[in-house]
Amino acid sequence: MINAVGRDIPEEILEITGKDVFRGNHYFDGKQYKKHGPTTTCVINSNGSKLVSSIHDVLVKCGIRDGMTVSFHHHFREGDYIVNMVMEEIHKMGIKDITICASSLGKAHDPIVPYIEDGTITNIQSSGVRGKIGEAISNGKLKGLAIMRSHGGRVRAIVTGETKIDIAFIGAPTCDDYGNCRGIGGKSNCGVLSYAISDARHADKVVAITDCLVPFPNFPAHISMTQVDYVVEVDAIGDPAKIATGAAKPTKDQRKLMMADYCTQFVVNSPYFKDGFSYQTGVGGASIASTISLAKEMKKRNVRMRFGVGGLTKPMCDLLINDQVDCLLDTQDFDQDAVESVKHLRHFRISAGEYANPFNKGAVVNKLDFVILAALEVDVNFNCNVVVGSDGMITGAQGGHPDTAAGAKCSIVIAPLLQGRIPAICTEVTTVTTPGESVDVVITDYGIAINPRRQDLIEAMKDVDLPFKTIEELRDIAYSITGEPEKVQFTDRVVGIIESRDGTIMDVVRQIKPFEFTEE
Amino acid sequence: MNHPDKKRLRRTMMFLNAQKPSLIKDPYIYKPDSIMLDLEDAVAETQKDAARFSLYHALKEINYRGVERVVRINGLDTPYWKEDIRCCVAGGCDAIRIPKTESAKDVKLVEDAVEFAEREFGRQKGSTLIMAAIESARGVMKALEICEASERLFGIALSGGDYTKDLQTHITGTGIELMGARQNLVIAARAAGVQCFDTVYTNLDDMEGFRQDVQTIHLMGFDGKSIINPRQIDIVHDIYTPSAREIIFAEKVVREIDDKKAKGIGVFTVDGKMIDIAFYDGAKRTIALAKASGVYKGDL
Repeated sequence: MINAVGRDIPEEILEITGKDVFRGNHYFDGKQYKKHGPTTTCVINSNGSKLVSSIHDVLVKCGIRDGMTVSFHHHFREGDYIVNMVMEEIHKMGIKDITICASSLGKAHDPIVPYIEDGTITNIQSSGVRGKIGEAISNGKLKGLAIMRSHGGRVRAIVTGETKIDIAFIGAPTCDDYGNCRGIGGKSNCGVLSYAISDARHADKVVAITDCLVPFPNFPAHISMTQVDYVVEVDAIGDPAKIATGAAKPTKDQRKLMMADYCTQFVVNSPYFKDGFSYQTGVGGASIASTISLAKEMKKRNVRMRFGVGGLTKPMCDLLINDQVDCLLDTQDFDQDAVESVKHLRHFRISAGEYANPFNKGAVVNKLDFVILAALEVDVNFNCNVVVGSDGMITGAQGGHPDTAAGAKCSIVIAPLLQGRIPAICTEVTTVTTPGESVDVVITDYGIAINPRRQDLIEAMKDVDLPFKTIEELRDIAYSITGEPEKVQFTDRVVGIIESRDGTIMDVVRQIKPFEFTEE
Repeated sequence: MNHPDKKRLRRTMMFLNAQKPSLIKDPYIYKPDSIMLDLEDAVAETQKDAARFSLYHALKEINYRGVERVVRINGLDTPYWKEDIRCCVAGGCDAIRIPKTESAKDVKLVEDAVEFAEREFGRQKGSTLIMAAIESARGVMKALEICEASERLFGIALSGGDYTKDLQTHITGTGIELMGARQNLVIAARAAGVQCFDTVYTNLDDMEGFRQDVQTIHLMGFDGKSIINPRQIDIVHDIYTPSAREIIFAEKVVREIDDKKAKGIGVFTVDGKMIDIAFYDGAKRTIALAKASGVYKGDL
């Protein structure tokens, strides 16, 4: 069945998943549903400790068995040890057919690929995957389907009970023996635990794993003892150097600086740039450079930001230090400066649900004026692809891309026209992950295209001296340089689905096929 | 020979290793006036033929969107330069830069080879321009004869690294060591009616130092500067862009001289300054530069 972004979703996939095709961003507005409640084991008569001596023992206590769903957060990013240590133990116990529901998976988790190959893990739900797991899925090694969903979409799936988590494993930088977890302190300080909050609320069993056990009460708790069944102390939950890296040096790449400058000029000339505006950006070089140049323009024009949202980095936290923003709303900290900033009184932690769940009674993303995003590919319908590489391999994550793009009044995607020799602006993206109806502006090194759906922005920019072009013109320039690339070859087998924020199917990902040259 | 581009605007000439596809595929997006595709120092001895191959295809295939394509060939004391010239001309470059030029003879050698290659590859005679890099004390002393050696030669450029070595000093960042050469070259170029370009500034972490360096050579009369990174472009173009005040004054001078000439008046005042025909070319140049920089929308 053809969905709202023109993708043909195979009937058998709709049948297997019980899902509908994507019908537009606001299709479910006003929908009523009952929230999922976990099966809870109350602790009335305890010895005052929930400590369990090992991962193995806690798995036994949680009643691990074939076919269960286990969940993880990705606040430790590429420094995470939790997923590997838990899955190694599950594998040793001979458990099969596990579904991993992670807020994201990266190269740090390459060691679990053998467990995909031997059937320990048969389903993966994640924002996305990188490295060897992505290759394994794209090569058809996962028995079930990979479900790629946005941060907001993940919370929706958990809250509605679409995904029922049997055991949630929460890596906690600090924790007491009764399960009060904080993202702050310890060796693996990651600042916040936003992605784990829905897991703690909705999983049947919740296990905190820490390498820094502190005396009770570890308050104020980011995840409360009221939701935690067991606590396990281990030697290390992550590699601190890869959890919160040093602040990225501002880019010196003139191409990125140029795109950042275009972006800032667009922002300041748009009708939303006024006292009290709100803003979110990512961690790419051009995004960070945009924040730095925007801060200068804000100072020059005496304009103050009401709130900034992230995925935070140093340049966003500098806005708080320099008193250019009223407050920051934080779901994740990308560098040491952001982790440190969590202590600031106007730096607020929010859950991934508060941030982006479309099935809330409202989410922070809906209050955004601007979001600055990146993309692997953007097509002439403004559809974006942030998950599947132009070589067909799963290599990225949706993150908050579809959530913020849908919510923000002005969604700006920055992408160089050519990614190496591959056109980033193309006729049709390999895979649609964010629908074109959410994307307002595309900024490239060759020019800026405004989505024709946004005649108001086109009108507002008519006297602004920036290199405006149509998206088709940008595509044509790209193709004039590289030629139109041949389509990647896939087999018929669907290995993954790109789930829309609302749980419908945006697109499918097929198993990759070695390229075959056709004889002329 | 009256090549239409001989006196074109050349505020920035950006060096790019001709062998690096990522560098040469689209440098025009940064809007330098010229690019300098390098076959000489940036390319290892063992890679000269590979670099020529890359250069030839870049010249043939890439639309540089009006940015001038100059190629720096290997020195005349190497076995590479003749083949370099054949490759440049066959590819259809706009100009060739001769390194380590020390005499009019050097220029003539290249001129002959270029003319031969133009015939060989069916390119119009005289279509390939030449510039000469001065990199030694001898070159500086012979600057005028170099400037006057060929009708194809549009300008000379100082190459500070080798020049300071020859002078037994080094680049200090202050410009003291370059003073004599800069002065000599710009005077020789003006005397011969060709353009003059300054050497590169290699410290990319000192953009303020770069700015001061450009301000200095701008005031000395240089037409532009060799650069090594696109981040340097805006600074050069900014300094070479006439101010609003300069443009208004130049516009008045041009209009008044045109008007007074018709009335037979030779000397008069504009904004309290004495003006005569000697100001005409300078004012015209200011307007042309303002136009090229996109800041003049008037009708002159």
